[in-house]
Amino acid sequence: MSLTQIEFQAGGAGNAPTQVIKGRSPWALAWRRLRQDKVAVAAGVLIIILALLAILAPVISSWVGHPPNTPYNNGTNSQGLPVSPSGTFLFGTDGLGRDLFVRVLYGAQISLLVGIIATAIGTGAGVVMGMTAGYFGGVVDTVLARFIDSVLAFPYVVLALALAVVFGPSLSVTIGVISFFSWAAIARVVRGQTLSIKEKEYVEAARSIGSGSWRIMFVDILPNLIAPVLVLATLAIPTAIVFEATLSYLGVGVQPPTSSWGNLLAQAQQFYSTSWWYLVFPAGFLLLTTLAFNLLGDGIRDAMDPRTERVFAAQRKGRRAEARRAGRTPPAAEVG
Amino acid sequence: MTSPQPPEADSDVLVRVDNLVKYFPVKGAGLVARTVGQVQAVDGVSLTVPRGKTLGLVGETGCGKSTLARCIAGLIPVTAGQVFFDGTEITKLSRRAMRPFRREVQMIFQDPYGSLNPRRRVGSIIGDPFAVHKTAKGPDRKKAVQEMMERVGLNPEHYNRFPAEFSGGQRQRIGLARALALRPKLIIADEPVSALDVSIQAQILNLLSDLQQDFGLSFLFIAHDLEVVRHVSDQVLVMYLGRVAEQGPKDPVYDTARHPYTAALLSAAPAADPDAAAARQRIILTGDVPSPINPPAGCRFHPRCPKAQELCGQQEPQLETKPGDPAEHLTACHFPIQPHEDLTTSSVGSTAGLGTSTSDSSFGGGAA
Repeated sequence: MSLTQIEFQAGGAGNAPTQVIKGRSPWALAWRRLRQDKVAVAAGVLIIILALLAILAPVISSWVGHPPNTPYNNGTNSQGLPVSPSGTFLFGTDGLGRDLFVRVLYGAQISLLVGIIATAIGTGAGVVMGMTAGYFGGVVDTVLARFIDSVLAFPYVVLALALAVVFGPSLSVTIGVISFFSWAAIARVVRGQTLSIKEKEYVEAARSIGSGSWRIMFVDILPNLIAPVLVLATLAIPTAIVFEATLSYLGVGVQPPTSSWGNLLAQAQQFYSTSWWYLVFPAGFLLLTTLAFNLLGDGIRDAMDPRTERVFAAQRKGRRAEARRAGRTPPAAEVG
Repeated sequence: MTSPQPPEADSDVLVRVDNLVKYFPVKGAGLVARTVGQVQAVDGVSLTVPRGKTLGLVGETGCGKSTLARCIAGLIPVTAGQVFFDGTEITKLSRRAMRPFRREVQMIFQDPYGSLNPRRRVGSIIGDPFAVHKTAKGPDRKKAVQEMMERVGLNPEHYNRFPAEFSGGQRQRIGLARALALRPKLIIADEPVSALDVSIQAQILNLLSDLQQDFGLSFLFIAHDLEVVRHVSDQVLVMYLGRVAEQGPKDPVYDTARHPYTAALLSAAPAADPDAAAARQRIILTGDVPSPINPPAGCRFHPRCPKAQELCGQQEPQLETKPGDPAEHLTACHFPIQPHEDLTTSSVGSTAGLGTSTSDSSFGGGAA
């Protein structure tokens, strides 16, 4: 609640009679809280910058003048080792004398693509499976719940290696494997939420109106699942990115010459004692990206749940600062 | 009343329930859950809801009131028994055949917070019945919804608000608007005012009675507040542990309660007038309501009853008209209270749970 509303309540009757108090949706309120969370905002800005860098990778590449897969003679020194960061090669070069900066940006494309697509597929499947299991219960639930448990118990690296051998490693196999292992965690949470939501009186009210199962699931239950699912999905993206990096590092994910953070790290391994930049830049980008997504996810979770103490503290702090700026004493009690 | 009568379409009776039974299985622990017992939530209840009138359903928490309501509304399947709505038996209907009936019966719920979806706007919640039954859409639906909002005393401009932006009483009006949207014949109100402030209760009750007249509604009104039930009801039915203890027109039941349970409930209700409250004698029931998984044999009330005798634990009393009562006033009790009988002395000192007290003589052997 802003200061203007407090003023309106305190002495508004006579001089400000037509002030309209605007209704806010739960989403608008969550968005307001999220904007006050400096860490989450910083993480969001970082993600946007990374996404822009990834999308604009071809543009930046041509602007720098270095295509991603072209080795340069001046990219290796007299001993054939990568050269260190300089004006020509911002992040130095890789083992073949290619521009590491451009390759890291192209790697960002792969990482974000895999992260977002795999999470989208996994989330969609997880929501449908979890909601079906939770809503219908009984045998359907038993079967689906056991399936979810077995997927979660599966040694995914082993399956990924096996699939890569059978189908040959490729981007789509990588995305498929990651999706297959990311839906189960979401399905489990969605199932639990659905179990609790379907007992709510408004679901019974919907049933007494004559709503069918599908309408109840998608009109009454789904909107109440969006908040937890959004948080889970945001937190699933960095997991998927790390998973892709792991697979590529092991050589069963994205294949060279296409660059990905994982295979850059694998290639950098042999140069770790001579060329620090080769390891540091891909690893640093991987770290920053996963950290940013995790922090944003935490921020969204806090914003969605108004009871979170951290947000309240931030709000109080903000309000006190606002009051100081306005040259007043801070309001003693929470309003609203 | 004991033998089932043919389901003729009686013009005075909207809903008729015959011997309704609802048991919930109790599952044991383990991988393959076995049924180890049954909660006898409703056990052989018969009732009628008169057309355009209100039947009040009274009883303690856990006596099966809400289960009975949900069975009548068709929300949960019944274990046995029949429900006739306007002469049609509805418990065996398929989902599809049930649809037209859904429009005729609507529910109002106890919790004004839990019964409205927090993520949907009010216009969408009240418009839901129109959408489900495809009776109006687009601007027509909005207009119908806003008319309904106005009818229940809400500002139609609040169409786009979320439930969280309303007070408890306003939310109950939203629930009422949703229930009325399809112009039902019967409204089942499951404790519609017990979560509200007393002043708001009165507003909602008055609104209900206005709407009853305007729309010709029948109500099945469930409450544990006896004064509220007395205010709104034409007929009253008192339930105890899934069975009917006493039923009949409002005044005879309230003024000359025959069942000791009814008398105890009445004596426990707070009175508005302190003088009347002081003059009244309280019947204090001992012990808790027994578990409906394993209800007492015979009369289900006998372990707590101040008048219980040996017979009460052995034979189940029939619901019947007691001498001196109007024909519609039915009581299930072997030893109904006689006029001017004083029950308050007997329970004092009697052992909890053992109703067969030694003070039988104080009742004068049931002398009229």
